[in-house]
Amino acid sequence: MSVVGATLQVVFVGVGAPLLVGVMRQARARLEGRAGAGIRQPWRDLRKLMRKQAITPHGTGWVFRAAPLLLAGTTLVVAAVVPLVTTDSPLDGVADLFAVTALLALGSVALALGALDTGTAFGGMGASREMTVLALVEPTILVSTFALSIKAGSTSLGAIVTATADNPLSVISPVSVLAAIALAIVTIAETGRIPLDNPSTHLELTMIHEAMVLEYAGPDLALVEWASAMRLSVLLGLLAGLFFPLGIAGADAGPLALAVASIALVLKVGVLGVVLAVGEVFMAKLRLFRVPELLAGSFLLALLAVAASFFLA
Amino acid sequence: MNVVGTLFTVALSCCAVAALAALVAPPRARLHLAGWCTAAAGAAGAAAGVAAVVVAGAGQLWSAWLPELLPLAGVRLALDPLGGVFVAITGVVTVCAAIYGIGYCAHGLDGRVFQAVLPLFVAAMLVVPAAASVSTFLLAWELMATSSLVLLLAEHRRRAAVGRAGLWYAVMTHLGLVTILAGLVTFAAGAGGESFEQLRAATLPPAAKTVAFLATFAGFASKAGIVPLHVWLPRAYPEAPSHVSALMSAAMVNMGAYGVVRVGLDLLHVGPAWWWLLVLAAGAASALFGILQAIVTSDLKRLLAYSSTENLGLVLVGVGAAGFFAASHLSVVAALALAAALLHVVNHAAFKTVLFLSAGSVLHATGTRDLDALGGLRTRMPYTTVVFAVGALCASALPPGNAFVSEWLLLQSLIHAVPGAGVVGVVTMPLAVGVIALSAGLAVATFVKAFGVGFLARPRSAQAERASESPLAMLGATALAASGCAALALTPTLVVPALGGAVGVVFPGREVVSGELALRLAGVSGVISPLLIALALMAAVVAVLGLVRVMAARRARRAARLWDCGAGPMSARMEYTATSFAEPLQRVFDNVLAPESDVAVTPVKESAYLVERVRFQARVPDRIEHRLYDPLIAAVTVLGLGARKLATGSVHRYLGYGFWALTGALIVLVVLW
Repeated sequence: MSVVGATLQVVFVGVGAPLLVGVMRQARARLEGRAGAGIRQPWRDLRKLMRKQAITPHGTGWVFRAAPLLLAGTTLVVAAVVPLVTTDSPLDGVADLFAVTALLALGSVALALGALDTGTAFGGMGASREMTVLALVEPTILVSTFALSIKAGSTSLGAIVTATADNPLSVISPVSVLAAIALAIVTIAETGRIPLDNPSTHLELTMIHEAMVLEYAGPDLALVEWASAMRLSVLLGLLAGLFFPLGIAGADAGPLALAVASIALVLKVGVLGVVLAVGEVFMAKLRLFRVPELLAGSFLLALLAVAASFFLA
Repeated sequence: MNVVGTLFTVALSCCAVAALAALVAPPRARLHLAGWCTAAAGAAGAAAGVAAVVVAGAGQLWSAWLPELLPLAGVRLALDPLGGVFVAITGVVTVCAAIYGIGYCAHGLDGRVFQAVLPLFVAAMLVVPAAASVSTFLLAWELMATSSLVLLLAEHRRRAAVGRAGLWYAVMTHLGLVTILAGLVTFAAGAGGESFEQLRAATLPPAAKTVAFLATFAGFASKAGIVPLHVWLPRAYPEAPSHVSALMSAAMVNMGAYGVVRVGLDLLHVGPAWWWLLVLAAGAASALFGILQAIVTSDLKRLLAYSSTENLGLVLVGVGAAGFFAASHLSVVAALALAAALLHVVNHAAFKTVLFLSAGSVLHATGTRDLDALGGLRTRMPYTTVVFAVGALCASALPPGNAFVSEWLLLQSLIHAVPGAGVVGVVTMPLAVGVIALSAGLAVATFVKAFGVGFLARPRSAQAERASESPLAMLGATALAASGCAALALTPTLVVPALGGAVGVVFPGREVVSGELALRLAGVSGVISPLLIALALMAAVVAVLGLVRVMAARRARRAARLWDCGAGPMSARMEYTATSFAEPLQRVFDNVLAPESDVAVTPVKESAYLVERVRFQARVPDRIEHRLYDPLIAAVTVLGLGARKLATGSVHRYLGYGFWALTGALIVLVVLW
């Protein structure tokens, strides 16, 4: 059954990610008093981009061409192994929280190298900023992982989620709350949302992700956009799974449990997405050099989570 | 003599043959003869090391006692699995470096002395981990230091910086030797014998143990390039010929880690916990400081040198954690941490060989090490670009690279220690995890910079534009090292159980990991499968590629202009350079790095408003060197200049000194006796 679960996850993430982006845009539009483009607009955009001719800008090479593939590939692997629908991953040796964060980082690195390969000032700027954020986010991820894995005695994501699902009340302990806030900030940083990066801007002073993908067009751009939507939904799904594992199917779950888990996943990620979008409406983007302060704060929360897990145990 | 001894003797004999060949062979044949003999020595050394690890697991140790070779003490050798690991690393690195050297030395480095000293250096590095007595160890250590100094100075006639680097290296390495000597002599005096067997069996008072440990640790740390004793490293590596840098960085610095493990964990039997917290703190400080300096430097080989400081720092974090856990009686995680440290030594050696050798190819082809002047090598040096990419991926601890595996193992040992490690452990371990994570993140940024700015985009200078691919020997050796990296990355399951034997020398009777396809930790829960990660990644990329092929419009790719904001074609000057790439991180870590910038404005004559020229200079100096070494050197200089007045050239004065010295000595003797 684990293969079915993993396939379901990939399908859900692959198909649902653009819809999630659509929902978030629609929520923002409504709150800002606009009608919005409808939640299927990201899919329509992807279809349009797929039909266009692929373009190779002058002076770019294999790194530029391979980057979108690697970005989408790493995201798909992560979507298959993290516990979104089922805790029973078919790739047991991959579903480790360290491995998953490292795979996501590999995707970012691929995109940053693709951006540097163009040799434009925009590409270099985006790559440099992305790597800065990535380097500062890493400690928070690992230390909050540390806090969560002490409880489960393992860094395997399935084990952590199972431990929380077996003892749901443990979520309201200080350990989980502190780690949840820390990981939420990290998620925002990794997916490039306000207040760290503005996904809908094209202003060179503010952009990180957009600066890197400026030279991509056609199917390549479609891949990049699809992959970043998938990263957003995987990370939101992971956050929901780690701290609110209600409904996730355990090992040897039947079709019914998988169906329930799927509905739960869609609901949870949808709600989180809308919350994130609503939050973005009321916030402004931080200055780039204020971002480290935010990330240092999240690192401190993660450290406190570890300390709490020891002293409360 | 068993198989280990035979292979080890063959390796040392090959070194001797290579040195002789370099001295007597005619210039034409010299390079090939010496190079291939050294490579053979490396291969035999690697085989001996592997055999020592495997055979000693079956209970057969090799040892030798040659009383006539050295007056008074004789030479005592023994190869256990711990030493075997380091001998094997040295051997493999030597094979790559020696073959590379055949191509690299063809222009200007084919001199008799240089070619003859290289095998001696290799021999010294093979003997250090095999030494089984204090005198043998110190002798091999000194031979290693001196021969590497000669190799480092190879190009001193071409660049003045080589001489200064040599001076720093000579002073630091010999101060290190002095402290190691002092520490081991204290130890041997207390133990009443100088063979490692006697040292192991000795019972010393705690104070003497602490003196022995701290003194040797200082010396070993300076060899490993640990902060604040790292200053020689970023000077020496850039100035040494590239294959010598590779040997120094991938094989020689490991001896520092070996020394700490051998003396601290093996001979001194772990000792108190605070020693190991000190080791851990020194390791953590160097990991962070090293990688921070690496990201702001734009000299490719200097960047790699600082990265060595970072990686050896991570190794010492592992060693320190192992000692701390052992002192806290957590034997399972102690063995795990030591295995992680040893695996990181192996991995670091593998990717640093690739990186230094390919940096050497870049230097060979362009004549510059400055990343700000490189770029665009992808089209001109395609193979070097690919191997450097492999090295950079491995060095940045991302899957499917090899350093990812060892850092994962290290993090696992730290995480699983917390429930039993007490309050000190709970405070230190999360901080250690944070340090490892931050240094891993910064390492990613560093190697994206090194690869992205150095090899991709368009050339930023005429030299980079004229670059061409390296000769076959250089490429082949680098590719060999890169395939070693790939093997370590995909099948660590073959290497780690073998390292368990080396860990067993210190913490006997513990299996560290198990499993064929996945790395399964023994005693604690944890599993990872690098091979599976790589396969899954490959499958996903192929699937995405297939999806694009099916879904996308079937039209050929079109070449187009880059987006230039409508301002005409982009020039190379508009590209991000290494300096500008690192600027945000430099600004974030402003307080630690303390960068210096200087703006000089020259106004047009008789005008306060019109500017003729603005000159901007930015530099990030090594702050520890600035704060610690500069005042020290200044003080010594003042002392030296002051002491000049003592020696005026007057014979009367010197006779006076002699008279007063003799009288003083006699008075002291009379009073004390």
